[in-house]
Amino acid sequence: MPLASVVVSGIGIISPLGNSFPELMEGLQAGCSGVRIIPGLEKIGGLRPRLGAVVSGVDEKKIPRKFRRSMSAMSVFAYLASQQALEMAGYPEGQLGSGALGVIIGSTLGSTTTSEDFFKDFFRDYSLERMKTGLFFRMMGHSCAANVAQSLGITGRVLAPSAACATSCQAVGYAYEQIAMGRQEAILCGGADEFHPLTVATFDIMHAASTEFNLQPDAAPRPFDSLRDGMVCGEGSGVLLLENKESARKRGARILAEVVGFATTSDTSSIANPDVGAMVTCMRLAMEDAGCSAEEIDYVNAHATGTIQGDNAEAEAIRQFFGDRVPVSSLKGHLGHTMAASGAIELAGSIGMLQHQELIATRNLEQVDVNCAGINCFQKNHSQPLKTVLKNNFAMGGINSTIILKGYQDD
Amino acid sequence: MTEQEVIELIDSSLAEEFELERADMIPEANLYEDLGLDSLDTVDMVIVLESAFNFKIREEEAVREIRTLGDIHRFVLSKVEQHS
Repeated sequence: MPLASVVVSGIGIISPLGNSFPELMEGLQAGCSGVRIIPGLEKIGGLRPRLGAVVSGVDEKKIPRKFRRSMSAMSVFAYLASQQALEMAGYPEGQLGSGALGVIIGSTLGSTTTSEDFFKDFFRDYSLERMKTGLFFRMMGHSCAANVAQSLGITGRVLAPSAACATSCQAVGYAYEQIAMGRQEAILCGGADEFHPLTVATFDIMHAASTEFNLQPDAAPRPFDSLRDGMVCGEGSGVLLLENKESARKRGARILAEVVGFATTSDTSSIANPDVGAMVTCMRLAMEDAGCSAEEIDYVNAHATGTIQGDNAEAEAIRQFFGDRVPVSSLKGHLGHTMAASGAIELAGSIGMLQHQELIATRNLEQVDVNCAGINCFQKNHSQPLKTVLKNNFAMGGINSTIILKGYQDD
Repeated sequence: MTEQEVIELIDSSLAEEFELERADMIPEANLYEDLGLDSLDTVDMVIVLESAFNFKIREEEAVREIRTLGDIHRFVLSKVEQHS
């Protein structure tokens, strides 16, 4: 069966650097930081980090109450990002309910904030009499995807992959495969997450969250840097509209990039610690899927969160393929780690780089760590011809994912 | 509570929960057609009223007959009277 080509025609962003694709690119190009001191973290017993990368300026009241009542913050982010993506793509409103459009949007968990609110009330007297109907719809695992489909009237497939930090990279990959196979003509795909101290604590107890820069929020995280001490947890949503290339062209859509390869694999060496060989396998499979060789990759957008182990392993995996030839950067120095949203937000950043033919350097990378040496961790934004980008996301649970993007040229 | 105070507490509680315009909240207003509520909202409405008036009404048959804001006013007033 011949596979269809798949393109990106819309991008929606709610992020610590701004709430649209242009704002994201402006923030990245200007080297801005979305990391802040989060008031209240200091009151949580045993929690050492004080930083977060949170969203501001979102007006959830723009969403009709009928739809908003079943949304926590992460679904609000996903809805607004989806709306932006459809608008940018000029996707016809009349086709939303045609069945040709699907939704693949995941999150790490259902809403932790909602769970906290519910159990706080429940433990008062173990009564369920105060439980309202919106609770389940905010806590369920497919909350973002279902809320987006319901509120926008989308009647195609609805899926909600959940693979922590690899969630939205997988979502984009699954959308690419389903469109390529002709199962859907277009899919809104990506991820969303909302900030909660539980997420910060999860990484803190494993010594994977930054604590040394608590008083200097814009100095963390520091991917590949010798002084890096862990990630900074964030929130947001990134949603891409993927479309069958032919149908996108037929309706006159402006095509932003092409998705040409995807792989996702399981690293069974550990549920928490990364393995270089497994990362190498994932990147190799994605390049095989794209039918391209390592020589054809012009830029690697790394997962690199700023943890000691993760960055070391990814740098080694990249070195094995690309040596110091291919420029590598991570956008988490600007954005923090937006968790389930990170793959799609960083893919959007990579598409922006393809459009502008300009590479964005890793923020806070001042001295490349000796353990990350041997790869091309450039330290200044610069113009460079770019055709093909490899994007990694690796997640707790041993989930690896890689997407290959190409810049689009009308043929 | 006076009758007026009961009605005010009902209306303010429902206005806050369902983001209703007070001007639309006339006794004749149909909950579904005029105020835009649906079946999920009516479940939540019972919880809001139980919390505002500290009574239990979920199992009452009469709740299922409620169609207008005036029906709510009359139902709650009778419950408040029973409890006083």
